[in-house]
Amino acid sequence: MNQDKKQVELLHKNYLNSLKIEKRWVRFYQAIIFIVFFSGWEILSRNQWIDPLIFSSPSKIWNLLLSKIQDGSLMTDLGVTLTETILGFLLGTLAGTILAAILWWSPMLSKIFDPYLVILNAMPKVALGPVLIVALTPGYPSIITMGAIISVIITTIVVYTSFKEVDPNYLKVLQTFGATRFQCFKEAILPASFPTIISALKVNVGLSWVGVIVGEFLVSSKGLGYMIIYGFQVFNFTLVFLSLLVIAVFATIMYQLVDLLEKKLIKE
Amino acid sequence: MSFLQVQDIHHTYFTKATATTALSNISFTVEEGEFVSLLGPSGCGKTTLLSIISSLLKPTQGEILLQGKPVSPSKNDVGYMLQQDYLFPWKTIEENILLGLKLSNQLNDKTKAAALQLLQQIGLAGVEKQLPKQLSGGMRQRAALVRTLSTEPKLLMLDEPFSALDYQTKLKLEDLVSQTLDEYSKTAILVTHDIGEAIAMSDRVFLLSSKPGRIYKIFEMPEELRKLSPFEARNHEAYQTIFQTIWKELESLEPR
Ligand SMILES: Nc1ncnc2c1ncn2[C@@H]1O[C@H](COP(=O)(O)OP(=O)(O)OP(=O)(O)O)[C@@H](O)[C@H]1O
Ligand SMILES: [Mg+2]
Repeated sequence: MNQDKKQVELLHKNYLNSLKIEKRWVRFYQAIIFIVFFSGWEILSRNQWIDPLIFSSPSKIWNLLLSKIQDGSLMTDLGVTLTETILGFLLGTLAGTILAAILWWSPMLSKIFDPYLVILNAMPKVALGPVLIVALTPGYPSIITMGAIISVIITTIVVYTSFKEVDPNYLKVLQTFGATRFQCFKEAILPASFPTIISALKVNVGLSWVGVIVGEFLVSSKGLGYMIIYGFQVFNFTLVFLSLLVIAVFATIMYQLVDLLEKKLIKE
Repeated sequence: MSFLQVQDIHHTYFTKATATTALSNISFTVEEGEFVSLLGPSGCGKTTLLSIISSLLKPTQGEILLQGKPVSPSKNDVGYMLQQDYLFPWKTIEENILLGLKLSNQLNDKTKAAALQLLQQIGLAGVEKQLPKQLSGGMRQRAALVRTLSTEPKLLMLDEPFSALDYQTKLKLEDLVSQTLDEYSKTAILVTHDIGEAIAMSDRVFLLSSKPGRIYKIFEMPEELRKLSPFEARNHEAYQTIFQTIWKELESLEPR
């Protein structure tokens, strides 16, 4: 009996070990890819096998990064874009959820707006850019709106669908206690849809970056999107790549934060 | 005047493709403290009838009177227990069982203490702060019963509340529910597919026929069974006889 127990413990230990080893290999290959990519890029560029004017090189980007950190200009651009993106993404998710709640509240409204939602969803929202800029004057408001508008319709549709899919028996329980429609929403519909709202948040992180960067392409004189368009105009592709890498890093961080939030809320 | 009067209920569901008459010409009365079971083939309208009695659904025709007055959903006259517990998974057991009181603005120290007391009485002491998923199926169904009873409904609807449980848990819960209802002298209507359960728990068993649902036959349970707890009743000799009778009637109703 005791022998058996030890045997199982040993097997479990082996199993854990094998997991650890596998994880190490995964990390190892991930590091290899990273190193090969950047050192390959550097070598290709140094030896002029690719046009260094177009493709720049990691070392040039690194130096530019350092100098832009020193003169503080990167922080300003980053700050502007981050603020716009976060606001756009919060607004988009919030507005989408509120719209979904209104549609749930009134089945009549949801029937009326159904085809319009389909049209709006199918339409490429960034195409509205010029109109927004003229309507809201160039600057923060129009760019934040771009960040929000790109995610609001899809959020509305996804969250509304989840509202409708809440098991009607939960509502039945509430109705037997004489609950009002608002109480039904607050006690059952909304909390049951939290997981969907959070996953909408995750999608919206990506979407808001698209909206904001395109918005900055169109009007801005600050921000990471502006850095890209400016670098393109003066043919400074080191600047373009720097901006791309910074965007990649911060978009990932934002995504991970939402992921963390999700894990925390869902676990509870 | 009877405690509950069900007067000439007809109900038809309308969908785009069909109009299904679920209930037709249903009339009966239930006395205070009585326990009535509804038996019948699947789809004969049992759930529909419970929904109508608890005023969750407005019948196409007919009226429900509770102590002579029409039932209304806002008065918490009728408690409803479903096949599954439908405890809210994100609320603790305590929040779940106090939900009815909270929604009807009756939550105060006294009612709260009474609900927690009932929880203890039903054998769930110490789970107040736990989430439903930490409890077994039987415990959850008991918690759901506490939630239903917490607002002190005059009438209780039980829609197959034991059918998702294993046999042993089910027998135990039958006894517990029966005892709790007796203690508070509640009137109850139970829907079940289990003939034995209907016999063991009820004073009267209504057999419904389907398409459309009508009351086909009413069986009075013999006095000696009524006195016993459901578990004891199942072991009584009278139980077998009446089981056979109802079984045959039900067989003749089921479509082959
Ligand atoms: N919302 C609805 N819309 C249309 N038809 C319905 C609806 N609910 C029930 N029905 C129909 O009404 C009839 C009675 O349904 P009900 O759910 O009351 O039966 P039941 O006796 O509770 O069945 P079961 O024993 O399977 O629970 C069925 O034929 C069903 O298809
Ligand atoms: Mg049913």
